[in-house]
Parts: sequence; C-alpha cells; structure tokens
Amino acid sequence: MNPARALPDFEDHRRQQTRHTTCYMCACRCGIKVTLEDGRVRFIQGNPRHPVNRGVLCAKGNAGIMKQNSPAKLRAPLLRKKNAERGAAEFEEVSWETALDLLTERLARIRNEDPKKLAFYTGRDQMQAFTGLWAEQFGTLNWAAHGGFCSVNMAAAGLYTMGYSFWEFGEPDWERTKYFMLWGVAEDHSSNPIKLGLEKIKRRGARFVAINPVRTGYQAIADEWVPIIPGSDGMLALSMVHVLLSRQLVDRDFLRRYTNAPHLVADTPGGGGDGLLLRDAGGNALVWNAKTNAAAAAPGTEVDAAALSGAFTVDGRRARPVFDLISERYLAEEYAPARAEKICGVAAATIERLALEMAEVAFNQSIEVHTPWTDAAGRRHRSFTGRPVSMHAMRGISAHTNGFQTCRALHLLQSLLGALDCPGGFRAKAPYPRPVPPPGKPGCRARPGRPLDGPPLGFPMRPEDLAVDADGKPLRLDKAYSWEAPLASHGMMHMAITNAVNGDPYPVDTLLLFMANMSWNSAMNTGRVREMLVEKDAGGEYKIPFVAVVDAFHSEMVNFADLVLPDTTYLERHDAISLLDRPISEPDAVCDSIRAPVLAPGRDVRPWQEVMLELAVRLKLPEFVDAGGGAKFRDYRDFITRYEKSPGIGFLAGWRGEDGAQHLRGAPNPKQWERYLEHECFFRHPLPAHMRFYRFANRDYLAFAEDAGFTTDRAPIAIQLYSEVLQTFRLAGRGLYPGPQPNNAADRARLAKYFDPLPFYYAPLDQARDSGGGGEGGEDFLFHAITQRPMMHYHSWDGQNPWLRQILAQNHLYMNRRRAEQLGIGDLSWVWLESRNGKIRVQIKHMEGVQPDTVWTWNAIGKQAGTGGLSADANEAVDGFLLNHLISELLPGDGAGRAYSNSDPVTGQAAWYDLRVRIRAAAPGEHGVWPRFPAAGKLPGMAGGGAGDVHYQTHAAVNIKRPWRDLLTRGHK
Amino acid sequence: MRLGLTIDLDTCVGCNACAVACKQWNASGTTGPLTDLRAYGRDPGGVWFNRIRNFEVGDYPDNKTVHFPMSCLHCEDAHCVSVCPTGATWKRPEDGVVLVDQDKCMGCNYCAWACPYGARELDPASGTMKKCTLCIDRIYDENLPEEERQPACVLTCPTKARLFGDFDDPESEVSRITRQRNAEADNGALLPDLGYTPTNRYLAPREGVKVKAYGGGD
Repeated sequence: MNPARALPDFEDHRRQQTRHTTCYMCACRCGIKVTLEDGRVRFIQGNPRHPVNRGVLCAKGNAGIMKQNSPAKLRAPLLRKKNAERGAAEFEEVSWETALDLLTERLARIRNEDPKKLAFYTGRDQMQAFTGLWAEQFGTLNWAAHGGFCSVNMAAAGLYTMGYSFWEFGEPDWERTKYFMLWGVAEDHSSNPIKLGLEKIKRRGARFVAINPVRTGYQAIADEWVPIIPGSDGMLALSMVHVLLSRQLVDRDFLRRYTNAPHLVADTPGGGGDGLLLRDAGGNALVWNAKTNAAAAAPGTEVDAAALSGAFTVDGRRARPVFDLISERYLAEEYAPARAEKICGVAAATIERLALEMAEVAFNQSIEVHTPWTDAAGRRHRSFTGRPVSMHAMRGISAHTNGFQTCRALHLLQSLLGALDCPGGFRAKAPYPRPVPPPGKPGCRARPGRPLDGPPLGFPMRPEDLAVDADGKPLRLDKAYSWEAPLASHGMMHMAITNAVNGDPYPVDTLLLFMANMSWNSAMNTGRVREMLVEKDAGGEYKIPFVAVVDAFHSEMVNFADLVLPDTTYLERHDAISLLDRPISEPDAVCDSIRAPVLAPGRDVRPWQEVMLELAVRLKLPEFVDAGGGAKFRDYRDFITRYEKSPGIGFLAGWRGEDGAQHLRGAPNPKQWERYLEHECFFRHPLPAHMRFYRFANRDYLAFAEDAGFTTDRAPIAIQLYSEVLQTFRLAGRGLYPGPQPNNAADRARLAKYFDPLPFYYAPLDQARDSGGGGEGGEDFLFHAITQRPMMHYHSWDGQNPWLRQILAQNHLYMNRRRAEQLGIGDLSWVWLESRNGKIRVQIKHMEGVQPDTVWTWNAIGKQAGTGGLSADANEAVDGFLLNHLISELLPGDGAGRAYSNSDPVTGQAAWYDLRVRIRAAAPGEHGVWPRFPAAGKLPGMAGGGAGDVHYQTHAAVNIKRPWRDLLTRGHK
Repeated sequence: MRLGLTIDLDTCVGCNACAVACKQWNASGTTGPLTDLRAYGRDPGGVWFNRIRNFEVGDYPDNKTVHFPMSCLHCEDAHCVSVCPTGATWKRPEDGVVLVDQDKCMGCNYCAWACPYGARELDPASGTMKKCTLCIDRIYDENLPEEERQPACVLTCPTKARLFGDFDDPESEVSRITRQRNAEADNGALLPDLGYTPTNRYLAPREGVKVKAYGGGD
C-alpha cells in the first residue's frame, strides 16, 4: 500500500520561496534557510551545509517567526516629547530626516570640540569591525561592544597565552577527543556547536566531565558532574597541575618545542629586569643548552638540549627556566589537592583522579594523524601526534574577578598535557592563532576634528601602551586600559553610565547605544543605573545630556532615550560576519558569511549599518568620503565589497579579485555579494591536511596565514606559560619599570599582586571581603549567587517571543533542597535575597543539582512590564526577577573618593558571578517580585501585544480526512 | 510500515529545539494554527505537540538530571482511538501514524483522558484535539528535498537525540539502535505495563564512560 496515497497537497509550493541567510537569535551565527509564503515566514530551518550548525537549529532559531511578528518592533524614529521627562517613554514619531539632522548637528559639534564626548557602545554587535572603524574615524576612544561584561577574560587569557582562546577562536576536536572537560559553561556559548560536539563525543564513547556548580543542560549528560564552589576553578586547575607535576606526567617535548617553558627568566629580585626573559641581541629568548652548558638562543637549539630546570648564571645574571618556576610554584603545598578541597568543595581524591585520568588519556592513549608536516624550525614530521584531551570553558570562569588568571591556569593545564591544537585536543580556528598578544595597541589620542590614532581596542604590551594621561588618569570613559584594568581588550561597557554620571574620569555629551539593554539586564546595579540615567545636575540638566538608542524592539533601554533610531530585524538586513571581526571558522576551514534580507521591513526603519554610513558621510569621516567630500560608498553592500583594510584584504574573504577567482586576498570583486548569495550566504575554505594542527609552529600554515593577512609575519607563536607582558606591568607596580608607573599605592599594589606572570588562584574580590578572608563583616553572606542563560532564551531578547516565553516566563531562585530544608526555606516560598548592595524578593525552587553553597537563577527572564509588548501583569514583570540589582558595579571605595570597578583587575571583565548573598524568608503576605518597576507606556503607533491570543499560520490548514471506508471497516481500531 | 521516533535520553540536553521546531512547522501544518493563548500576557499557554519534561533522579550529590521530550508515541494499541466517539482519531493502516480528523473531532477530550502520555492537547480556538502527526505533511511531500522529508523535530535536534524511521524494517536505523541500546524485553517502550505498545521508543541514559587513572589498574 502506498502510504502517501490519497494524501492531499498540504503546501502550495508555487507560493513559496526559500532564501538563505544567517540567524541572529543569539551569537552563534548559524546558517538558516527561510521558506516564505506570500511574504510571510512559513518555516526557518538550519542549513545542512553550513559550517556552524550543519543543519540543526536551536529553540531560539526555531522561534524566529515570533520575533519577526513581535508587537514590540519599533516603527519609526522617536524623539522624546518636549517637556517629557527622560525615562517616562513619552515620544513623538519624527522623520528620519529630522532624526538624522538632529543627531548630525550634535555629533558634528562634539567631533569638532572634543570627540571623546561621544560614548558609543554597541552591545551584542556582530559587526564590530565596522562600528569600531566608525568610532575610530569619528575620533572617540569611547567605543566598545559587550565583551567587557561577557567573555573578555576568556579572550584575553587565551590571546595573551597562546594566541587563540575558548569560545570564538578555538574549539575541542570533537571528532577525535577521548576526554572532554567542560568548565563553567552556564548553558551559554556556544549553542549549537557545543551540542553537535557533545553528541559526537557521546556517540564515540569519549568521557565527558563537567565542572559546574549546577547540573542542568550540558552537565545533565556528563559522565561525571563535579559540583564546584563558584570562583574556585583556578585552584582546581592548578591543583591538577600539582598532581601532574608531582608524578612528572607532563609532555616535555611539547613544552620545549612550543611553549616558553625552557626560556630563561632573570632571577634578580629588586633589579630592573627581574622576571623578564633573557634575550640575545636579536631579541631571541635564551635557553640553557644542557649539552654545551651555555646559554643559547631558543631558535636553533636542539629541542632535547634545552634545560627545563636548574638555576644558571648568564653574563653575571642568575636565571632559571620558566618550567623551573612552574615546578616550584605548583608543587608547593598551597596547590596540593588537600588544600584545594577546602577551597573548591571537591574531594582531594577526586582532584587527583581527574588529573590522572587526563594523564592516562594524553600519554597512554595518544593518537596519530598520519599526515607529514613541517614545523617552523624546518623539521619534518611523519604525523601529527594527538593528546586527545580537550576542554571548553566559558561564563563560569570568565565572570569572576579572578577569571583571567583562572583561564590562564586552564591553558597551563592543557599545555602540560600537550593538548593544544593537536589531534583530539583544543584546536584553533582561523584567523587564529595570532601572535601573543595580537599586534596593535589601542588608539587613545582623541583630537578635535580628527580620527583617533588607531582602533579604540587593542592589546597593550607594556605600560606605555595604556590609555592614561601624564598623571596616570584614565583617558577612556570606562577606564579600560588604565591602571585599573590594563588589559581591558574588550572595553568596559558596564562602567560607561556610572562613570559618565559621576564625571569620573569626565562627563560626556552623548551616549549612543546600539542593541545594548543598559537600563536592564546588561547593567550591574540596575535600579541605581536607571536612576543615574535620569539624574540631573544643579542646573537642571541631565548629567548625561543626550542619550540616543538604536534598537529594533521596545527594550527597557528605549524608554531612557532622547532619540530612538529604529533598526531592522535580522531577517530584514545585510550583515557581514567577517574574519576581521568575530570569525565563524572551524578548525579545518576558514569561514565567513553574510546576512541577506529575506523580508522587506514595511515600517519606517533603517538598518543601523546604512544609518552609520550616512552619518559618516554627513560628518565627513575620512574613510567614508571621497576627495570631494561625497559618499565613497553607495550603500552598506558596496562598502563591504569595496572597503580594504589593507591591499586585498576586506570584510569578506570569499570570491575576491575582479573576476571572483581569488580567495582570502584579492582585489575587491563587484559581484562578491552575488557569489555569497549563490553559495547560501557563506564561504568555506578548507585547509589542506598538513595545515590543520600545531598551527602555532606549523611552517606551511604560518606562511599561509601571513599570505591571507591573518598575521603580519610567519614567525612561530610560542605559548607563553610565563607571561612577560604581565611581568612588565608587575615591575611597574613594584616601582622597577623604567617607564610609566602608577602614582598611587593602591594601583601599584594591584599590579604587583594580580599581574603575576604565572597563573595563580586568589579569592574573588567580593568574597575576600568575608570575615574569613580578613574583610569587613561579611560573614552573613554565605551563598554564592550566579546566573545561567537558558538554552531557549538569549538574554532579554526573547521575553517578547510567545513561543519561548511559554517555555520559560518566570525565573526562580534555585537552591539545594537539603540546604533549604535545613534553613527552613520551603519550595516555592518567597524570600528576601540580600547582598552588600541591596535586597530583592524572589521565589525559591528546590533542586538536587546545585552545589549547596550556591544559589542560581536564569538570566534576564525578569522584564519591565510594557516592554517587549508584554502586559502589565506578565509573569516576567510580576514574578520574574533580575539578580543584577544585587551586584554593585563598584567595589567599596577607599574613603578618599576612589572606588575600583567590580571587575577583573587585569582585564576589566565584569564580575557578575562574584556575588555573595544571604537568604531570609519573606513575611507572610509578602510575595511577588521586588523591586517592581512601573509598566512602560506604549510607544506611538505601537499596538502592544496585550493579553490576546495568537493564531499564526501562513495558509489555511489542509485537513487529512479519515476515509469513511476506514471508519466503517475498522471502527475504533 | 510502522513509523515512529527513537529519542535518546543519553544525549538530550533539554534545549527545547525540537519542541519549537514542531510548533513552528505545525503552526502552518495540517492541523494549524496551534493557538497561543495570552501570548503577551500572564500565564501564556498554547498548543504544543511536543513538550520537554525535566526530572532529577537521586539526591545530591548522586543526582542525575534527565530531560524527557514527550509527544504522541503512535501506539499500536492506541486507546485514544478506541475511546473516540466520533471516529475522528484514527491510526493509519499504511504507516501507523495516529491522526485526528479535524472535521470529525468535537473536542470532547476523551482521547486526552485515555492517553497516559499526555500527548494530546485541546485547541480552545478550534474546539478540536491536536497532536503530533509525525509531520505527515513533510515526510511524504515529494516537493521537499528527500533528506528533508523528516519530522521537523528530527531535522533540528542539535544533539541528534531524535531519529525517525520504520520500526517494521529490522534494518532501519531506529530498529537497530533500539535493539542495541535496550536489552530489556520492553525494548525502550514507555510504560509497557499499560499495554498500549507505543511505537516511539526511548533510549535510556547510559552508564557513565570511565577512564582509568594513570598508573592505576584496569
């Protein structure tokens, strides 16, 4: 019997078209195929050929229809009504001409007077190469995207250690790894690639160990869950280092060949060059050649001749190999498992076992990929040896004030196992690895009417590279690259509003925000930040005189705008997901992609990219205008096609050259965009087999990378277990640096302590205030409080999505059941949750899968009523909450008016997860979330979702009738 | 043919991709729309064919978290069919897919009470019962590329925890993996004691993979 027989035609495919583009329901950038029917979206599915998602799509991506249909879509530019207070969300619609005239006039004045008075922060921006270029051309150094409150600790630790990093610049070798350790991934990045990878390792029977205070999501399917106390991962990793060193289970060949383990460090305490590497006249690091008993340049020294331990005298200076320092530090009792157990809450025996399991797999179950290759010293190898132990780590490592050093500790552990960019290990993704750190110091000289002296973000190597004035005062509004956070490679967006309102280091004129919800989930201390946004000076002027917000939807931040510029949705616009920016490459292939509109907006909105180009021309920013002052580029597509960062290198790497025959480097191709459309909106350039591993020292890959413009030379990239950059800053802290140094004891002390050239564990700064840590009466704040990002919501973006909010519309405070029962805190009861910064009222939910000293909740589910089209009594507004209110953006002041930000002292990463809280039952009758904010008013022309029902379909359903014959002959069977 | 799904609880991370893909496809599918109630209001609800239940097994620290997707299991002996007073619910003889003829359904809810798996939902807007159709409007649609003639949930699952196929074919992927992974007589059937003989099968979470420590015994 033909089962398809007699089935009706369900879909009229003649009315349907399919288009490819790139998802933007989160940061993964999966390829999607969109089926349209009569101008509406019938179906969004993963593109099976796309390198990021291979055809799969997450819950968010599958809910794109409801984002497109959101009643909270902005419709037209909005201007705050005359006499309306900021924050009251009383707007009038204005024309684009009016809006752009107003903004141009203001920006032109700022640019001609003092360009840094524009603070331009761009949230979850996927085109930072363009927004950053715009800021540079405008001349302000006050630009950054959201990395400072997201993952800069991961990026900076990786890039300052090995030239690639967790999350975007590397990934586990899912195809070959035999042992996978997942650290602190709070269901966050990355989404589909991690899930695809976990499936692969589960199917192959590889072991999966999850280090995490909470067991949900990925940790649910781990072979072993290790519930760790938040913020102690660095101690756990270094204790594993202790175990490996104590058994001499380290890959000495790997350390000698690819890391600076054999490099000689000056051991001259109190001297100027103390702790710096010894170098020859050509700048080469020196090693001790144990065969000739003499110091020699590292390049050219036989690998097995370089000493890893001992103390030597070179030209009258005492020096020790890096590995000798490593052995001394981590073999100490300080890092013994017995001590780590007390700090991490993980049994000493477990720590020892996990370390030895990894050693077993790395050294007794190594694998070979039989492809001949040549290393940077010209040595031929018959195969790539793999230590099939891999790791991934994210928010739980990143969001602490010790996250940078913790992430460095993980990279040290990986290096000792020889498990970096090898088969089965943690692999790099092009254009990484890059030199350690990548070249380019941050631009910081803002001058009237001129571009900045370089891109606003970069990688300082020494104190001279900081953005500070002659008195050591921060040049940037957010104080990134100041003594307070010298390696703040992603900026410190979380400090922009507080610093501007405090006038510390200076006030600004205009705050321009692009897709950044800074009055809600993207702010620490949200309640206070909302007050600050409307704070006025003695003269009655707002302390931030002008706030312009670019968003596609009615977010909480829109309410605080003076001018709202409405953006398109992701299905309505062009984008370039560029190798110059945040790459989507895979370890085996160089990749980039585009977004192409599949729908017309049908509202008076414009893609922010196009608006930026128009503003650039109006302001005559040099890169965007020709000699006559006219527009150099026709539109965004033309800009992406024709702009060259350096000759032959542009935003998109595929189909370059005038005829489209060149890849990676080549003249602009006027038909490049069409080629991408023909190729389903992505470009994938597979690497030859001999360039797929050990790329930090793979001769042919390094040459290829230079040719492709990924790097500026083809020198090998030595993994810096010992960071000379950190030591250089530490010398400045110790008063031993022959250049800029902090002019106060507090900054000096921070540099001396936290810029340790070897990774170390220290208690997160807020925790160090506990009485146990010698701080002020914090003994009551016994619980760690953290958040996770649910897999079906991307931060606050999806509160407006009826499908996703049906899955999760209220967050609870999850608490270990037994601990809650001991404290008499009932399931689903309401409690007061208090931190040093304030209190909130939340609803408890008991669970087993949470470390007993930890409480947690889903991030950003709480919403302000009225935003996102939600009704005033929506669960998100009435029962859901933000933990943010409890987190101060500042650490306690010194009494003299100085307070450091609540951020990692090395990178400025916002320390969301350092939070400590106490819990007490709410009084009878006290229920519902507190604080609650008044419902935001409706915006002009916006219907609002309200409480109505939705019946979405693109065509009337075609019912499958039960045949009468079937009913009559089979009855009820 | 006996079409159905295997669902691998060993790799399901509870991400809800399958549930939303189902919702998305079937909104404009053969029983669409799938009404969303109070879409932007308090206690939003609506019709879903597939929902993910989350369980914890065992007490801390020996606890395990299990994510459990639940949809119509297309039972061999489907009581939802036998209790239906109008004959709207039927099981196709050709492939075993259990469907609800929307023209005959009067929304009496008997089938929902009969189904022990909670797999049927009343759409208050249409007054009819709606449920998983195994994407019958995808799997037989020859206008779709052959590799896409799969239920939406299967196509989208990021951990490949869902497989679709013919359980009558012993060599089909679903038959083979179900045999390999379930030694027990009930072969991964949910609530076998009830005797409904569900077609969909579940693959239980596996014993954790272990590795010996360096220098340790086997």
